Amino acid sequence: MSNPIREFTKGIIKENPTFVLALGLCPTLAVSVSVVNGIGMSVAATFVLLGSNIIIALIKNLIPERIRIPCYIVVIATFVTIIELLMKAYSPALNRALGIYVPLIVVNCIVLGRAEAFASKNSVLNSVFDALGMGAGFGLALVLISAIRELLGSGKILGVMMFRGFEPMFAIGMPSGALLVIGLLLAFFNLFKKDKA
Amino acid sequence: MTDRLIVAVSPHIHNKETVRKIMWLVSLSLVPAGAAGVIIFGWSAFWVIFWSVITAVVAEGILQVLTKKKVAILDGSAVLTGLLLAYNLPSNVPFWLPIVGSFFAIAIGKQIFGGLGQNIFNPALTGRVFLMACWPKYMTTFVNPGYDAITGATPLAILRHVKTAAQFSYWDIFIGWHGGCIGEVCILALLIGAAFLFVKKYISWHIPITYILTVGLLTFIFGPNGYFSGDWLFHILTGGLILGAFFMATDYVTSPLTYKGQIIFGAGCGVITAVIRLWGGYPEGVSYAILMMNAATPIIDRFTKNRIYGC
Amino acid sequence: MTIAQFLMIFISAVFVSNVILSRFLGLCSFIAISKETKPALAMSFAVMFVIVMSSAITWFIYRFLLVPFGLEYLRTISFILVIATSVQFVEMVVRKFAPPLYRIFGIYLPLITVNCAVLGVAVLNVDMFFVKGKAVGGSFWYSLFQGVCVGLGYTLAMLLMSGIRERLELCSIPKALKDFPIAFIIASIMSLSFMGFNGFRF
Repeated sequence: MSNPIREFTKGIIKENPTFVLALGLCPTLAVSVSVVNGIGMSVAATFVLLGSNIIIALIKNLIPERIRIPCYIVVIATFVTIIELLMKAYSPALNRALGIYVPLIVVNCIVLGRAEAFASKNSVLNSVFDALGMGAGFGLALVLISAIRELLGSGKILGVMMFRGFEPMFAIGMPSGALLVIGLLLAFFNLFKKDKA
Repeated sequence: MTDRLIVAVSPHIHNKETVRKIMWLVSLSLVPAGAAGVIIFGWSAFWVIFWSVITAVVAEGILQVLTKKKVAILDGSAVLTGLLLAYNLPSNVPFWLPIVGSFFAIAIGKQIFGGLGQNIFNPALTGRVFLMACWPKYMTTFVNPGYDAITGATPLAILRHVKTAAQFSYWDIFIGWHGGCIGEVCILALLIGAAFLFVKKYISWHIPITYILTVGLLTFIFGPNGYFSGDWLFHILTGGLILGAFFMATDYVTSPLTYKGQIIFGAGCGVITAVIRLWGGYPEGVSYAILMMNAATPIIDRFTKNRIYGC
Repeated sequence: MTIAQFLMIFISAVFVSNVILSRFLGLCSFIAISKETKPALAMSFAVMFVIVMSSAITWFIYRFLLVPFGLEYLRTISFILVIATSVQFVEMVVRKFAPPLYRIFGIYLPLITVNCAVLGVAVLNVDMFFVKGKAVGGSFWYSLFQGVCVGLGYTLAMLLMSGIRERLELCSIPKALKDFPIAFIIASIMSLSFMGFNGFRF
């Protein structure tokens, strides 16, 4: 069982989709205004990732090589549609907050990237753990970024006021703040990487 | 190697000592405007300038140590950034505001790019728009002149909301007796400083004059009562235009190298400023205009000159 | 349909809600291909072309297929399929009939299928110009125009960014900040400066 566990853990640190592979940044930046949004987005993306990885690992031998990308996209889009409908039904507020970034999971590079790079070559079990690991890595990154942004941008975490007398920095909650935070975080992790190497 | 023999227009590469001299002399030329600001708005203005400059110098030192660069906090550039940032703030901001802004200006605006001479954006303006986005409440509350600290509005803001700003005489506006940012109000003092820089040939006319003329022309054409009815002189003398045009748009590092490029740069700044003033959500657009044109500077350089890139 | 509305779409799509700097669509390509001006421009034109084309096609699909049959929930899947096939088709046509053009921007075409900007604009058009499943007056032209403007916004951001990054090659940026981090920070400052156009009204 060591193999599936390794597939799981690599996604969290060694191949963290956000900080190491720099994939799927569009939704990361757009929805990381608050931790709730961040968690919602990562759950949705993990669901799609899991579903598409399983299906693609199952049917990998049936897909003709040349049209594999469109096939993957259809599988992914199906799961995105499922999560869109589920979200609309059970948590309309979150659906509104995430807006067009829910349908855009279809073109999230993480999902397609894992389908192409992993699920199409590996067993179902490994693909499941790969999806869970990548989802967890994506989720951790999103929660980290959105916690920083929510704290600085509104002085709260998960809607709870953290300190008194703090004047929230609105800019951090704005698009430019997202770009700034991710730029500095990437630099920070680079520093870390360099030290290790 | 033949590239190096091409005679290029100024600015030529200066050695360390001249950069230092220029930085200090530009800072010196800004002293009258700061003094005028303190006279007009009282000691609170002085403290804003003080905190801003001190933070800039300290932040520069810390970051130079952290990035293992030579510590050169007294080359005048940090002082200049601190001064310019403070001049773009209202006098009644809390003391931590210039500190945060100044740190941001030095860290994100300058040191991240490798320090003096390598930044893409004007550091002081980077700090200012960041503060503007973070705490618009403080950045847009101005006090009227005098020591009683009654909050008021800038002439441009009044023009925007009530369509006329007739209560200000041109003389009041010229000497700076109205609400506004510390260093931008006293046109007289700014012009004295600018004249000094012209005489010393530290700045050329291309950017400031094109910038000011473009704003004047556009605000005249698109006046409030139909075409060609705008009060162009009012638009030129109010807001941060004079400060921005002479002291910030002319920054060597962040503006184009050739005269042709500089004229494009000035005109671009002018168009953006006028558009924001006339139709935008903010009463003033100088800092945004200069930053946007800073971003366009490498592209302008690319299409206006034939020499190799230098930082 | 008024001029003012078109102007609002223009200012909003190019500056205020710039597709890259504010909506973060197409960010991956923006960061990856903006190191030099020439490829950046070629990519921009390719993206603009695909966005305009897919804006038109998806409008027809939504208006005449999905809405009449109550299939709005198939929006995502049908849009992405249509975009993918039409991009593939255009790539083949360009390769066959205009090889010089293909050499300039053809290589970027396959990449664009998964560029979020394209699908994003298609979804945005539907969100903005269809009220309760009904097309608002002139919505086709609005969609098309929005496609053009988003493309222009993309081009503007790409052009500025590539110019800046070419210059950065010669700067002594701290090592940890090189490439991606500095690109994000520059984008952040650009995004701050574009905020100057907030709250436009005519």
